[in-house]
Amino acid sequence: MRDFDVLVVGGGHAGCEAAAAAARMGARTALISFDRNQIGAMSCNPAIGGLGKGHLVREVDAFDGIIARAADHAAIHYRMLNASKGAAVQGPRIQADRKRFKAAIHDLLAAQAGLEIVEAEARSLLIEDGRAVGLELGDGRTLRAAAVILATGTFLNGRMFCGEALSDGGRVGEAAARTLGEQLRALDLPMGRLKTGTPPRLDGRTIDWSGLEVQPSDDGDWTFSDMGPGRVAEQLFCAITRTNAQTHDIIRAALDRSPLFSGAIAGQGPRYCPSIEDKIHRFADRDSHQIFLEPEGLDDHLVYPNGNSTSLPEDVQCAFLRTIKGLESVEIAQPGYAVEYDHIDPRALSSILEIRALPGVFCAGQINGTTGYEEAAAQGLIAGLNAAAQALGKEPVILDRASSYIGVLIDDLVLQGITEPYRMLTARAEYRLRLRADNAATRLTPIAIAAGCVGEERKIAFAARSAQREAALDALQLVLTGADLSNYAEVRAAGEKSTLFDWMRFVDLSDDALVALVPSLAAMPSSLLAEIREDARYAPYLLRQDAEIRAMRANEAIGLDSVDFRAVHGLSTEMVERLSAARPSTLGAAGRIRGITPAAVAAILVQAKRKAA
Amino acid sequence: MAFRHNGALLDTGLALWFPGPASVTGEDLAELHVHGGRAVLAAMLAALGDIDGLRVAEAGEFTRRAFANGRIDLAEAEGLADLLAAETEGQRQAALALAGGALGRMVDAWQRSLLDAAAAVEAALDFSDEDDVDSGAASRSMATIRALATEIAEMLANPPAERLRDGVVTVLAGPPNAGKSSLFNALVDRDAAIVSPLAGTTRDRIEAPVALSGLPFLFVDTAGLRESQDEIELLGVERTNQAVREADIILWLGDADDCPEGAILVAAKADVQADTRPGLVVSAKTGTGLPALRALLAERAAALLPKPGSLALNLRHRMILADVLTALDAAAAEADLLVQAEQLRIARAALDRMTGRAGVEDMLDALFGRFCIGK
Repeated sequence: MRDFDVLVVGGGHAGCEAAAAAARMGARTALISFDRNQIGAMSCNPAIGGLGKGHLVREVDAFDGIIARAADHAAIHYRMLNASKGAAVQGPRIQADRKRFKAAIHDLLAAQAGLEIVEAEARSLLIEDGRAVGLELGDGRTLRAAAVILATGTFLNGRMFCGEALSDGGRVGEAAARTLGEQLRALDLPMGRLKTGTPPRLDGRTIDWSGLEVQPSDDGDWTFSDMGPGRVAEQLFCAITRTNAQTHDIIRAALDRSPLFSGAIAGQGPRYCPSIEDKIHRFADRDSHQIFLEPEGLDDHLVYPNGNSTSLPEDVQCAFLRTIKGLESVEIAQPGYAVEYDHIDPRALSSILEIRALPGVFCAGQINGTTGYEEAAAQGLIAGLNAAAQALGKEPVILDRASSYIGVLIDDLVLQGITEPYRMLTARAEYRLRLRADNAATRLTPIAIAAGCVGEERKIAFAARSAQREAALDALQLVLTGADLSNYAEVRAAGEKSTLFDWMRFVDLSDDALVALVPSLAAMPSSLLAEIREDARYAPYLLRQDAEIRAMRANEAIGLDSVDFRAVHGLSTEMVERLSAARPSTLGAAGRIRGITPAAVAAILVQAKRKAA
Repeated sequence: MAFRHNGALLDTGLALWFPGPASVTGEDLAELHVHGGRAVLAAMLAALGDIDGLRVAEAGEFTRRAFANGRIDLAEAEGLADLLAAETEGQRQAALALAGGALGRMVDAWQRSLLDAAAAVEAALDFSDEDDVDSGAASRSMATIRALATEIAEMLANPPAERLRDGVVTVLAGPPNAGKSSLFNALVDRDAAIVSPLAGTTRDRIEAPVALSGLPFLFVDTAGLRESQDEIELLGVERTNQAVREADIILWLGDADDCPEGAILVAAKADVQADTRPGLVVSAKTGTGLPALRALLAERAAALLPKPGSLALNLRHRMILADVLTALDAAAAEADLLVQAEQLRIARAALDRMTGRAGVEDMLDALFGRFCIGK
C-alpha cells in the first residue's frame, strides 16, 4: 500500500515545480523539505528570466506551471533584454521581491489539490528489487510511493567556502543532505562535483545612490504568465557602478586567500558566471567590471551586487567593495561565499529524467549539474509530469529540440553530460528562430493539454486564443498589391501581388495599418498580432528548418535500445565511452552526441538494422 | 614462412602483424606478403575464405575503418580513396596534399574563423547586457566573415580535382572528313577510331584517356558537323555540339572562319593538302606538327589542372564550400543579427559535413575565451 504516488525531495524551484506538476497530473504528491519556511526561497540572485531563461519560464507557464505566476506577483523591476532585436532572442527578466516570491509559491502550492507538504529530512531512498519504492525520513517514518523525485539543489554533500572558512551546508544557515548524498555515492551512480558562488549582500542604507547611473523598470505591460492579473507590485530602480584599478589591486593581492586559487575547491565553476577574482585573474587586461546593484525587495534594505560573486575572506570583500563608487561606506549584511556540491552525471538519466540504473528515481535541478532557477523549474516540470505519468500508467511527456528550450535542455543534459554548471543560452537552440518566448503557449499548451496537466481556466483561455489565431491567419491570406499597402508603408514593388501574411515579411505594418486593411483584426490582442508578425518575418527560415526537423524526427524513430555500442564495428573507444554513458535511445540522439561523426551514425544504423533483422 | 591449406603448401612468404589501435585502421591487422601469381593469390584467398569470420574487404573498407576509428579525418579519408585511383604523377601529388592533411588544416583554420565570427554574433545575442560585449564585436565579426568568404571563393575558383582524375577533356571537332579520327588515333597512339575516306564515318563520340607529358587527357573524337537528313547522323551532330560545350580544350579541324572561340585551329592532313592555311599544320600520317601540337596541349592543360602539389577540391568539397559561401554571403548582406546567426549556423553545419566534427560547445569555447562574461 503506498502513501503517495509521487514524493518530491527539496522545496527549491525544481522541487516546487515538480510537486505542482505531478499534482496537476492527478498524482497524490508529497513535497518533503527540511524547513517548510524555506520552500520557494531564492538562494542567489532575486531575479527570474533573462536570455534563454525567460524562454524556459514562459514554456513552464505554457504547461500551467507556477514559476511564472510567482515571478509576476513578486516583480519589482521588469526588463526585456534584447528589446531591439528579433523576438526570438528577446529575454524577459524581472527582479523579484524575495518575500513576495516565496509567499506566492506557498499560496500556489497550498491551492494545488492533491499536494501535501511534509516537513522532514529525507534520510534515504527505500529500495526494493532494484527499484525505489519510497523514502525513509529523518524522524524514522517511511513514506511509500511509486516514484521519488530528487531536487536537492546544492545540498548533496554541500560545503561552503568563505575565504579560509569552511562549513558544511547547501545554503547559509541550513544543513547539508549528507546521508542521502552518501547513499547515492554508495549506489555507484556516476557522480561529480561542481561549485557555484554568490556575492555578498549589502545594506542598501549604506549605499550612496546619488551619483550612480540608474536603470528604471521598463514601461511595457508584458508579464511572464498568460494567466496573471498583470503587473501588481510597486516598481523599483536598479543602479550600475563599476570596479576600478584600486579594487583590482586589492583582489589581486588577496588571490592566495581565495579557496578558488588555493586549491581548496576542486569542483568546476561556470564560465559564464565567474567570481570577481576569476574575472580579474583571467581577463587581466580589463581595467573595470560592471556591477548591478539590485534591490532584494520592497520592504527589505538588502541589495544584491550582481556581477560580484566571490569567495574571498570577508575582510577582503569589505575592503574591495569600499573602493567602488557609491559603496565607499557600505556595510556587508551577509558575505559572499562559494558552494561545492555533488551532482549526478545527467547522462545516467533517461529523457524523462529517471535514473536508468535505479527505476523510480527522478532527478531535477542542480543535482543534474545545471544552474539557475529557470533551468531547475523546467526540469522539475518534466520530472514531475513523468513521475506522475509513470505512477498513474499514462504516456510519458517528452519534448524534442524542435519543440522547446525545455527539450534542448533535457536533450543536452542526458546526451552530452556537463563539464560546468549548465546554463541555458539561446545559442544552444538550433531552432531558435521558432522557439520564441512570445509563442511558448502556441507551441506547447496543446502538448500540455494532451498530457493532462492544464487547469480549466487556462484551457478556456487557450482555446479562445487559438480560435483568434486561426481567424487572424485566415484573414491575413487576403491577397493585396503593393499599391494597396502604399498608404501604410513604403512599398517598392507596387504591382506585386501577395498575401498580406507574405507582405508582412517585407513591409513593416503597424497594428493600426493591419486593422485598416483587415477590420476583423481589430478584435485581436496586440500580443497575438506581434506573434504572427514575427512568424511572417522569419517564414522562409522556418520553412528551411522544417526540412531539417523532418530529417531529425525520422532518425528519432529508429530505436537503439537493444544496441550494444561496443559491438558496433568501427567506433573509436572514445565514441563507445560517450555512447555507453549517455545510452541514446534513438539514432537521432546518437548523432547529436558530441564527437559522434556521420560515419559513426551510419555504422550504428548498420548495427541497429542487423539487430532488428 | 610457409602458407599451407589442408596440409598443402600454397606459397612461402612474409606475414606482418600490426596490433591495434596503433595500426593504420586502428584495429588489429595482419599483412600477408605472397608471390604475385594469379594462381597463388586465388589459392590464398580461397584458403583464407574458409576461415570462419574472414571475408574479402569491400572497396574502401580499410579507409572507412581508419576513418571510423578516428585514425584519419574525413578529408584525409577522401584523399586516400583518390590516391588508390591515382594514375598519373599529378594525381598522386594532389591526393597526397589532401591525405597529408593540408585540406584538413585549411578547413580547421576556416572553422576557427567561422567559430570566432559566430561567437561574436552569439555574444551580442546572448550577452548583450554584459559590458564586455560591445556592439562593435558583431560588426568586427563582419570583417572576419567577408575575409573568410573571399578565401573560400578563391579556393573554389581553383581547378577542380576531378580534372586530374577524369583528364582534360579535349574535343576534336570540325566538318566531316577533316581528318579528326586520324589525328585522334595519332594522339591516343592507337587505332581507337575507325578511319575511312568516307565523310561521316564517325557517327558517335569516341573517348580515349591518355597521358601527355604526365598530364591526364581525355580525347574525344566527334561526328563531323554538317547539315544532314540522316537521323542517326543528326543525333551524332547534336552530341558533337554537346561535347564542344563541355570541352576544356577544342581542336578545330575546319575553316578558320568557323573556329569556336578559344579553340586551337589545326590545319590537318598536311600530307595531302599544300599549306597556306592558318593554324597549326599537322599530319597524322607523317607525324608532321604532332610534337608541336602535343607541346601546345600540355601547355594549355597545365593551366587547367591543379598545380602539382597544390590543394585540389573534389566535387563534394566544392558543393559543401559552395553552401558555406552562400551562407556567408547571406550573413554578410544581413542587418538582422538573428538571421546572421542563423546563416552562420548553416555555414558551421556545412563545414562540419566536411570534417565531421565541432558543435555548439566549440563555439561557446570561442565565446567564453574571448569575452569576460558573468554576473
